[in-house]
Amino acid sequence: MATGQARETTPVPASATPDGDDMLLRVENLVKYFPIKGTALFREKEHVHAVDGVTLSVPRGQTFGVVGETGCGKSTLARCIARLHDVTSGRIVFDGQDITQLSQRRMRPLRREIQMIFQDPIGSLNPRRRVGSIIGDPYAIHGLAAGAERKRLVQELMERVGLNPEHYNRFPAEFSGGQRQRIGVARALAFRPKLIICDEPVSALDVSIQAQVINLLADLQADFGLTYIFIAHDLSVVRHVSNSIAVMYLGKVTEIAPAETLFTVPRHPYSGALLSAVPVPNPDLSDQRQQIILAGDVPSPIAPPSGCRFHPRCPKAAPVCVSEDPPLEPRLGDGPEHPAACHLPMAEGENLADFRPSISADERVVEVEGSLLPDDAGPEATAIADALPARGEGGKP
Amino acid sequence: MTLLEVEDLRVSFNTPDGVVQAVRGVSYHIEAGQTLGIVGESGSGKSVSTQTIMGLTRGAQVSGRALFEGQDLLTASQDQMRTIRGAKIGMVFQDPLSSLHPYYTVGWQIVEMIRLHDDMDKDQAMKRAVELLRLVGIPQPDRRVHDYPHQFSGGMRQRAMIAMAMALNPALLIADEPTTALDVTVQAQVLRVIRRMQEVFGTAVILITHDLGVIADVADDVLVMYGGKVMERADRRTLFFASHHPYTEGLLQSMPAYGGERGRLRPIAGQPPSLLAPPPGCPFAPRCVYVMDRCRQEEPPLDPAGEEPGHLSACWLPHITADREAIRRRVAHVELAKSAGPAGA
Repeated sequence: MATGQARETTPVPASATPDGDDMLLRVENLVKYFPIKGTALFREKEHVHAVDGVTLSVPRGQTFGVVGETGCGKSTLARCIARLHDVTSGRIVFDGQDITQLSQRRMRPLRREIQMIFQDPIGSLNPRRRVGSIIGDPYAIHGLAAGAERKRLVQELMERVGLNPEHYNRFPAEFSGGQRQRIGVARALAFRPKLIICDEPVSALDVSIQAQVINLLADLQADFGLTYIFIAHDLSVVRHVSNSIAVMYLGKVTEIAPAETLFTVPRHPYSGALLSAVPVPNPDLSDQRQQIILAGDVPSPIAPPSGCRFHPRCPKAAPVCVSEDPPLEPRLGDGPEHPAACHLPMAEGENLADFRPSISADERVVEVEGSLLPDDAGPEATAIADALPARGEGGKP
Repeated sequence: MTLLEVEDLRVSFNTPDGVVQAVRGVSYHIEAGQTLGIVGESGSGKSVSTQTIMGLTRGAQVSGRALFEGQDLLTASQDQMRTIRGAKIGMVFQDPLSSLHPYYTVGWQIVEMIRLHDDMDKDQAMKRAVELLRLVGIPQPDRRVHDYPHQFSGGMRQRAMIAMAMALNPALLIADEPTTALDVTVQAQVLRVIRRMQEVFGTAVILITHDLGVIADVADDVLVMYGGKVMERADRRTLFFASHHPYTEGLLQSMPAYGGERGRLRPIAGQPPSLLAPPPGCPFAPRCVYVMDRCRQEEPPLDPAGEEPGHLSACWLPHITADREAIRRRVAHVELAKSAGPAGA
């Protein structure tokens, strides 16, 4: 394959650690804090702990999924890997080269190899520029092709991602949502990167269009041997595209597992609760399954809970979870490909709903926003219903 | 008892580009206490049809009828609508942050809503607001009632919206993508709240969503919309296991199969139709794998299909879905011959 040869000619700096392994990317203990602007003069500076000690490796040619809820740090992690953010501490090793501290100038050649596709195809495309020049930007910036040559390359790309090359001179607004996402894909593909970070690439699209884009990404991966980091909150999409999946919660990875394993034998109670909350498009299964509805909301990342960050909401929480941060390592005899950060991992077939935390409410060091719905409040609820006006009454004239 | 009956609803908007026919002859009904799911993609007209019923589409040309408790909502005066909106029909929208006023406390907004419709003094109304917040699972409601919307998390805001919509015990709750902006775990909380409110109050719910998983979870009956029209109506199980319309089939197939194998997805080819100049005949015909000549000319009526009573489908295909594969192959063959050029014909 032509792209494979092109890759071999890429100069590898002598400083690189030629470990020659099959991991394209290694992230070691990555930390990213965002400072909060303090108002009081002598106030201790606070930080948002967006990513707090993430370690993972991404094998070549595979799709590595990252799931988690809003604010868990998955997008920040992606931006750190693409060096769009400077990291607070930790290491990012891409293709054997430590890129954590590279200057902008030395980073530039590497930008060809790490590309991103963003969620919002409107926000990531300049509305006043023509599609041809948007997709041609990478060539212009890196000074690799100009004039007719650039146009030819761009049209090839457009054709490859399923856009009509004759639409070279159109504006982004003239395309539909799915087509716009294809423009984003074409732009990311311009240099045949090794790694494409897809940050919620299909979240804004309708199901039927979403499937088109997912298939396109799969085809491109097969053709060009791409490696994807695929970030999404839609678990069924991530399951479909990923080889292995990392689950994040409040800036930490709670579990990494091969896609099918995660869905069949989740170890971390958070994974279990997350999976049970996904609506199943099958009425029979959806009637049968037992949903674990988590109490409240995710605590603030400014002052995350001690120990395991999930403990204030965890049905299995025990005193050890409050005091000790569980390391991310294989549990209950799992292989090295399936580590989980939990003191009390779930056994196969275990039902989370059977558990109650063995820590008292005041031991839950962080006040949790919201609460589990009072399920036993049946009579009380009816009393409230009685207190409300009967239908047809009320209504001022 | 039929609570709401919509007949041949048509809504169009004048835009600089021409007249957008957003809703093109939609009919449905909902029984008291029932949950009707409306599913469809962007631009299918699912939101516009319910907003029109509530009198929220200003400047639109509307025709048809929407009978609610015997009264036509489309011809009701502004004053009449004001006594219905909120009091008899509650609404919850997708984005709770833009539906709540940032300058007033959550409690104030619920109290205002109650007092607008009900003769009640402030303290009583505040008490009811607190009870409602407790019912939707807001912790320490007596304290949180004095919070501003920005002090609530996304899930709590949506629950506060539900509390507000339920404050006057409406007979019908219209929830327009109530969980789309929320994370799955929060979505599960909010859906459970809606279900509970329904159990407690016996409210009928119209749930608009694009997520078939949510539909499978909560709907009794489902309406599938496409291109401003109803394509299919069926009860939940029939829709998922014995659907008739090719669009429904395509929607189900394009989902990453939950519990299925990691194969290729089967998307629906092409793009949804432009509602500026919708195609004649069936709106789905240009993307349909079973398309026949008749589909491109004549519009199929929403007729009974299959064996289940109440199962309706707007499609010219025979009611038996068994010989679909043969039709699909024939269509593929004809299309191939067409694309091979006139010589092939």
